[in-house]
Amino acid sequence: MTATDAPAADERIVRASPLRKLLGRPELGSVVGAIAVFLFFAFAADSFLRASSLSTVLYASSTIGIMAVPVALLMIGGEFDLSAGVMVTSSALLSSMSSYQMTANVWVGVGVSLLVTLALGAFNGFMLSRTRLPSFIITLGTYLMLIGMNLGFTKLIDDTVSTKSIADMEGFTSAKAVFASTVTLGGVDFKITILWWVVLVALASWVLLRTRAGNWIFAVGGNQDAARAVGVPVTKTKIGLYMGVALGAWISGQHLLFSYDVVQSGEGVGNELIYIIAAVIGGCLITGGYGSAVGSAVGALIFGMTSKGIVFAEWNPDWFKFFLGAMLLLATLLNAWVRKRAEATK
Amino acid sequence: MTQPSSRTPLVELSDVSKQYGNVRALEGVSLTARAGEITCVLGDNGAGKSTLIKIIAGLHQHDGGTLALDGEETRLSSPREALDRGIATVYQDLAVVPLMPVWRNFFLGSEPRKGAGPFKRMDVDHMRRTTRAELLRMGIDLRDVDQPIGTLSGGERQCVAIARAVYFGAKVLVLDEPTAALGVKQSGVVLKYVAAARDEGLAVVFITHNPHHAYLVGDRFVLLKRGTMTGNHTRHEITLDELTRQMAGGNELEDLRHELERR
Repeated sequence: MTATDAPAADERIVRASPLRKLLGRPELGSVVGAIAVFLFFAFAADSFLRASSLSTVLYASSTIGIMAVPVALLMIGGEFDLSAGVMVTSSALLSSMSSYQMTANVWVGVGVSLLVTLALGAFNGFMLSRTRLPSFIITLGTYLMLIGMNLGFTKLIDDTVSTKSIADMEGFTSAKAVFASTVTLGGVDFKITILWWVVLVALASWVLLRTRAGNWIFAVGGNQDAARAVGVPVTKTKIGLYMGVALGAWISGQHLLFSYDVVQSGEGVGNELIYIIAAVIGGCLITGGYGSAVGSAVGALIFGMTSKGIVFAEWNPDWFKFFLGAMLLLATLLNAWVRKRAEATK
Repeated sequence: MTQPSSRTPLVELSDVSKQYGNVRALEGVSLTARAGEITCVLGDNGAGKSTLIKIIAGLHQHDGGTLALDGEETRLSSPREALDRGIATVYQDLAVVPLMPVWRNFFLGSEPRKGAGPFKRMDVDHMRRTTRAELLRMGIDLRDVDQPIGTLSGGERQCVAIARAVYFGAKVLVLDEPTAALGVKQSGVVLKYVAAARDEGLAVVFITHNPHHAYLVGDRFVLLKRGTMTGNHTRHEITLDELTRQMAGGNELEDLRHELERR
C-alpha cells in the first residue's frame, strides 16, 4: 500500500498494511507462540498428535483457562488478584463442607459456595476501592488469609487436611455431571471443563468488545482518572471484575471437588501466578488497559501443551518451569513493544 | 452561523474572588462568555488561569462575587453538575485513554446501546460512524477510528476531545491551554476547531498564554496577572501589539529589553 491511499489529512500518516494491523492484535504473539510450541512437541513427542493426547492437553489447558479468562479481564482493568489460586480451593471446601455439615443435597453446598465466593471477590474489590492501596497488597492479604482459613477450618471441622467424602450424598451425580463429567466424541474422551472454558472465553470476549461494561474495563485499566472524569463508574467496574474472578474460582472449585469427592485444603497455592502468566502470555499488559479473553485462552493452551508435551516427550518434567519462564519473558517483551507502538505520539 | 452576541451570557462571572487558605488566588475577576463567541483568558504562569477554570468547571467554588449561568446566579458543586449544565472542560492533560480506539474514547461514559435485557450491547456501528462523521464535521479526517487514540498527535487528541464535547451537547466549552504543548502547525489545526466549535454556536472560554493564538480567534480578552484582572477588552478595543504588550507585562518587558541590551 502507498501513502496516496490515505486521505490527505496529514501526509505523515502512512496507511497501515493489513500485516501491521494484525501485529496490533493483542493475542497475535501468543498465537505465534502456540503454533511454535505445538510444532515443537509434534516433532519432539510421537504420541503428542494422538487424539487422546490432544484431549489431555485440552483438559489441562481448560483448568487453567477457566481462571485465566476472568484474571485477564481483571488485568485489562488494571488490577491483580493473588488470591485467585487459593480461592478455588476455598470455594471447593465451602461447597463440600457446607453440604456435609448440613447433610443436605450437594447442590445446596454448591449454592452456598457460589454466594460466599462471590462475596470474597466483592470484598477484594471493595477493599481496593476504599483503601486505594495497590491490588497487589490487598489480594496478597486475602491470599494469606484464605490459605490460613482453608487449612484452619478444615482441621477444625474435619480434624484432617482433607474434607470428608460427599460421594454418597444426594445430588452428587448430577453435580458431577455438570462440573466434572467426561463426554465421548468420536471415540475420544473430552472433559466438560473444556466446554466451560469455551463458553467463558466467548462470553468474556463479547462483554469486552461489545458491551458498555467492556468499554469501562478498558478505560479503568488504561487511564482511571480520565475514565472517572467522563462518568465511568470506576469502583463498580473493579468490584465487578473481582467478582468475575470469584465466579471463575467457583467453577474451578466445583470441578476440583466433583472430580474426586474430597478436597485437599492446602491446594491452589501458586496457581494464581499461573493464571496471571497465561493472561500475560496471551497479550495482557501488566499495566492494564490492553489485552483479550481469546489471548488468555491461547496462553492457557500454551501452558497445557507445554506441561503435557514434556510428559509425552518423556523428559524430566522439571524443565516445564524453565519453558514457562522463557515464554513469559518473550511474551512480555513483545507486549512492551506493542504498547510502545500503540502509545507512540507521532 | 454566528449568533447575535446581545443575548444573555451563558457564563458570567462578576467580581469573582477565590482564596486558598491565606493565599489570594483570584480577586475581582469578571468574564462573560456568550454563545457563538470566544472569550480568551490570558495570563502568565501563576496568574490565576487554572483557578478560574476550576471555578467554571465546578472543581472549586468561588469565595466572593457571582457566577451566573444563563443569567441565573449559581454555585457549581461538582464537575458533574457543570457537565449537566452544559459546561464541558477540556483539560491540558486530556481525558482520553491512550490505548483505546478513537471511537471507544469518543463515547466513553455515554455509550449508546441497543438490544434488550442480557443482550443489551453497544451500538458499535453507530459509534464508529458517528465518531467518523462528527470528527469530519469538525474538519478532522481520520484514517481509521479504530486506531488507539494515543497514536494521534497532541493537536488531534485535543480536537477529538473538543468534538466529543460538541457532540454531547455542551453549550460552553472551556479549553485549558489547548495549544500550549503544540507546534505551530498543530496549533493552527486546534485553533481551526476552536473556531468551528464557536460556529456551532458554543460559547468558548479559551485559556492561553499566547496572545497571538488568542487574537486569531478571540472576541473578548481577559488579562490576568497575579490573581487580579489587569484588562478586559473586546476585539475592537485592542490591537494585537497592545495585547501582546499588556500580556508580556508591558513595562516589565521594556525593562528586560534594556537589561539584556546592556550586556
